[in-house]
Amino acid sequence: MSPAATPYETVIGLEVHAQLSTRSKMFCGCPTTFGARPNTQTCPVCLGLPGVLPVVNRRAVEFGIRTALAFGCRVNEACRFARKHYYYPDMPKNYQISQYEEPLAEDGFLEIDIEGGARSIGIQRLHLEEDVGKLLHEGTLETAQASLVDFNRSGVALMETVSRPELSSPEEAAAYLRAFRAVLVFLGVCDGNMEEGSLRCDANVSIRPRGSAKLGTKVEIKNLNSFRNVQRALEFEVRRQAQALDAGERIAQETRLWEAERGYTRSMRSKEFAHDYRYFPEPDLVPLQIDRRWVEEIRAGLPELPRAWRQRVVAQYGLPPYDAEVLTQSRALVDYYEAALREWAPASGTAADRPKVLSNWIMSELLRVLPGDDEQAVRGSPIPPRHLVGLLRLIENSTISGKIAKDVFQKMFDSGQDAPTIVERDGLTQVADEGALGQVIDSVMAANSKAIEDYRRGKKEAKGALVGQVMKATRGKANPALVNRLLEDKLSQT
Amino acid sequence: MIDRKDVEHVARLTRLALTEPELERMRVELNSILAHLDTLRAVPTEGIEPTSHAVDIVNVMREDEVEPCLPQDAALANAPDPSGDFFRVPRIIEE
Repeated sequence: MSPAATPYETVIGLEVHAQLSTRSKMFCGCPTTFGARPNTQTCPVCLGLPGVLPVVNRRAVEFGIRTALAFGCRVNEACRFARKHYYYPDMPKNYQISQYEEPLAEDGFLEIDIEGGARSIGIQRLHLEEDVGKLLHEGTLETAQASLVDFNRSGVALMETVSRPELSSPEEAAAYLRAFRAVLVFLGVCDGNMEEGSLRCDANVSIRPRGSAKLGTKVEIKNLNSFRNVQRALEFEVRRQAQALDAGERIAQETRLWEAERGYTRSMRSKEFAHDYRYFPEPDLVPLQIDRRWVEEIRAGLPELPRAWRQRVVAQYGLPPYDAEVLTQSRALVDYYEAALREWAPASGTAADRPKVLSNWIMSELLRVLPGDDEQAVRGSPIPPRHLVGLLRLIENSTISGKIAKDVFQKMFDSGQDAPTIVERDGLTQVADEGALGQVIDSVMAANSKAIEDYRRGKKEAKGALVGQVMKATRGKANPALVNRLLEDKLSQT
Repeated sequence: MIDRKDVEHVARLTRLALTEPELERMRVELNSILAHLDTLRAVPTEGIEPTSHAVDIVNVMREDEVEPCLPQDAALANAPDPSGDFFRVPRIIEE
């Protein structure tokens, strides 16, 4: 739906919860490994047993500060934790340790690239808290009489970041989430794995008559756990609200749940009382006074962020912005690209098209066989950057054709061997022997007199068919440039 | 002043099913606690920084190191209704 198509404008704010990549939980020493057997990573603290004392994980605070600095936030000198009270079986203490009045950091921004330019989206606050357990329903949701609880996730360090309501379309919201994820992944504070729930998103959305200064009634949507779902859910919700207003109805301020399989949002009535959280300062934790020297140390260690990296490679190598965007889906992929480029094109004597050739191969081949947003998968690629460059060198010096190279790529991926080894073993070297190729061309021409006739009558495409026949006869090993030249010579002779 | 409606609201939030006499007793007791807070409020605090703690300590943190967990059977030992690897709880009604 294009914005101009409706009389309303959309106002969206996003709350993103990111699991921090700490080894241990936020307030206890239990491990945070995903996928462990249920209820094997718990202790009295994260089970909420009486009489225990939480202790803050220093690394989680460091990660929070690192992220805050990347977003240009002010890191508060003093911050404290608070109890947020509500009842739900995934939370055994009946309160979540979070931050309320004095969060770790406030007032930053995130720049997003959207069609037609860049926008800066305000970040209101960033705070630390603990995750809750995981609920599984026995049987289907409709028929279940009981739920099963796994507390392995209970107490895992979470960072909540709240944007200002400055996103003006579902597309922008998805762009924000993508940019947000990329920053966290580059900082190494979150693995960004949305399928495993490392990054989760809630949205606040309202619409108002175009040009109106007053905000409309805001609806909170939960359960937006992929870029696609953020966009779909918001598109649905904006449409639902517009239809309601068109029909003269009022929008209820409520929490709605996105049902991804069914493609709609539905009201969660049980949350009626949920907003009375009765926050108060957590008596079991003393306040934090963030040392400025610590902040400056963390600032000094910030890496180049995805947006800066993209701008640099676009300017430096002439890489299309699209390629740069694809490559920044993980830190590992950027590292892969850079390692390969260093290997292939050292500072001196850089062939101008190598950066693009390399990104083409990464996008069309490597990302076909590897999930590019999976840090571990990319780092553990059976084809390390050095091997990919080895393959590209064989194309560059005409040892193999681009077509054969794709087969070799697959064999490299399957075996972990390098390109020269495979090409040698399987006899894939291009036929670049003029005499041998000339014989093949002669027999192809003899068998395709019609194509030759067509060619001479001016139908130049006929040559392509002949080249194809030669390639087929040599099982793709002929050097295409040489075939073209030889064929042209022969066609012009006779 | 806390009235009956406040007590009912708080009871609901804390999932307590109070009987009529209990509601009334809570109303009286909560009001007497608030009255005590009024006494505290009489202390002059002008120019004193608010605090949430009686002890003057900040920055108690631990290193990010993994420590041993409870064995699963110990974790589930006090569960009223364990089921395999899990704690089992009555279904939560969303609607």
